[in-house]
Amino acid sequence: MSTPTLTRPRTEHPPRAGSRPRSAGWKKLGWVLFFLLPSAIPLVAFTLVPMVSSLWVSLHKWNLISPMKWVGLGNYSNLLTDPTTRQVFLHTLIYVAGYLPLVYAGGLGLALVLNQRLKGRAFLRATYFLPVVTSWVVVALVWKWLLNPANGLVNKVLEAIGLPGPGWWTDPHWALPAVILSSAWKDLGFVMVILLAGLQAIPSDVYEAALVDGASGWQRFWRITLPLLSPSTFFVVVISLINGFQVFDQVYVMTGGGPSGSSQVVVGHIYDLTFRYGRAGEASALSWILFAVILLITVVQIRGQRKWVHYA
Amino acid sequence: MRRFLLYAGVVAGAAIMLFPFLWTVITSITPEGSLADGPKLIVHNPTLDAYRTLLDAMPIWRILTNSLLIAIASTLFQLVTSSMAAYGFARLHFPLKNVIFGCYLATLMVPLQVLVVPLFIEMKTLNLQDTYFALLAPTIASAFGVFLLRQAVTAVPAELDEAATIDGAGHLRIFTTIVLPLIRPALATVAVFAFMGSWNSFLWPLVVIRSPEFMTLPLGLSTLQGRFTTQWDVVMAGSVVSIVPIAVVYLLAQRHIIAGVAHTGIK
Repeated sequence: MSTPTLTRPRTEHPPRAGSRPRSAGWKKLGWVLFFLLPSAIPLVAFTLVPMVSSLWVSLHKWNLISPMKWVGLGNYSNLLTDPTTRQVFLHTLIYVAGYLPLVYAGGLGLALVLNQRLKGRAFLRATYFLPVVTSWVVVALVWKWLLNPANGLVNKVLEAIGLPGPGWWTDPHWALPAVILSSAWKDLGFVMVILLAGLQAIPSDVYEAALVDGASGWQRFWRITLPLLSPSTFFVVVISLINGFQVFDQVYVMTGGGPSGSSQVVVGHIYDLTFRYGRAGEASALSWILFAVILLITVVQIRGQRKWVHYA
Repeated sequence: MRRFLLYAGVVAGAAIMLFPFLWTVITSITPEGSLADGPKLIVHNPTLDAYRTLLDAMPIWRILTNSLLIAIASTLFQLVTSSMAAYGFARLHFPLKNVIFGCYLATLMVPLQVLVVPLFIEMKTLNLQDTYFALLAPTIASAFGVFLLRQAVTAVPAELDEAATIDGAGHLRIFTTIVLPLIRPALATVAVFAFMGSWNSFLWPLVVIRSPEFMTLPLGLSTLQGRFTTQWDVVMAGSVVSIVPIAVVYLLAQRHIIAGVAHTGIK
């Protein structure tokens, strides 16, 4: 470390033309492989290979056991005309449309309040974030119990104040709302934390200038906070949409897609197609359709962000 | 007055956040017989029967250990593989670098659902169903981790490396003694996401694991629900067992976890 090395390079590399660049090149390649292979090998084996084979499976009729039968795009055209596909996409869409406004409004409200100097602020933030680290399965189970139509706590409380408690996960009209509510409860803290970080990145002198100009609290919120929070909002919306379209765990545990398919979502249908009905080809095709939809939505959002996302 | 309402609001909200956890504990110690007419806030004759039933019904310690082992292994693997790749992309120059990095990013966008069927077939062909390896395999490397850490490595001033090179340090030395210590916050973020991701993952274990010895907590819990449909005390006891470890980890590392999550949302 402390030994002067000024003269060493000259003795190590005798100036023989041609040989040095080549060996240096191999050495360089060695380093590249050393640093990249530990991640590249698993990514190729457990992501890239399954991706390609999934595309291959999606072009076949296959029940996971007997030999595959080539059907070309048959699975895709079957899915597109199957009313069940439309139904599961509709349910997924309803889920996202219910869930996103709930978590965003709730998370924004919380972030605004907890960004102020309140006593116990750190404790409150930690509390709101606790459900985020809890697994979906636990959250779904706990809420299934709380929303138990017969003797669940929520319906007991509703009864006590004279409201008829709905059949939550036993009533086809309420199964999806039950899932939406519990999901929003779980993710509220996540959205809050992202928006809090966004709020703290807004320079305070902008507010001071606005105060000097006599802007009201409401004006400051609409003219400063919301526009300057738009990068965080953008992040929340993109992530929530991607995750929302992939909703599965909580539906599987809470309602199993029922009653009578009323809360079945796309991923639940993919799972059933494969492991209940042995239609792996269609399942793969459906997962690619889902991927295409998510990709399309994400690209549209990224394109559209120029219109409403302002970077300070 | 306004301030009072604010406090009342957040405290009520916090109660809504905490109450389901409290209710889970209460239900788990309520005698099964008195659950029929709904549990009460105050349990008159608390019992640990539900936990005993749980212990008889499934190897709960084994399942707990499985979850912990897999989560820790997956976190360590991701930290190593992602930080190395991040260094490679940020500091080495090689042909097709951007194309290869683009491929990494592309895998980030592929949802697990697309991979589940072929990944399951892959494991079945290799006869790896019902193994720890099968649980761990898809989480050894993460494109998200590589992406996040590459940003962090890029932010480390190149002059530091150059100075070290002049002192005779090679890539390995620079990586371990200069870059890694400087990107600790980003490493913590990756660790948080890796741990949470593995601890909570459900779809993949559901597909690849059959025997109770290799189940993880979410999977064990979901099968519990199928077997004790009406015994909510047992199901809630299982929930308590699975909440406690992650809650302890969370309380200990809470600041870092929240900061880590916030870190991902900042542009």
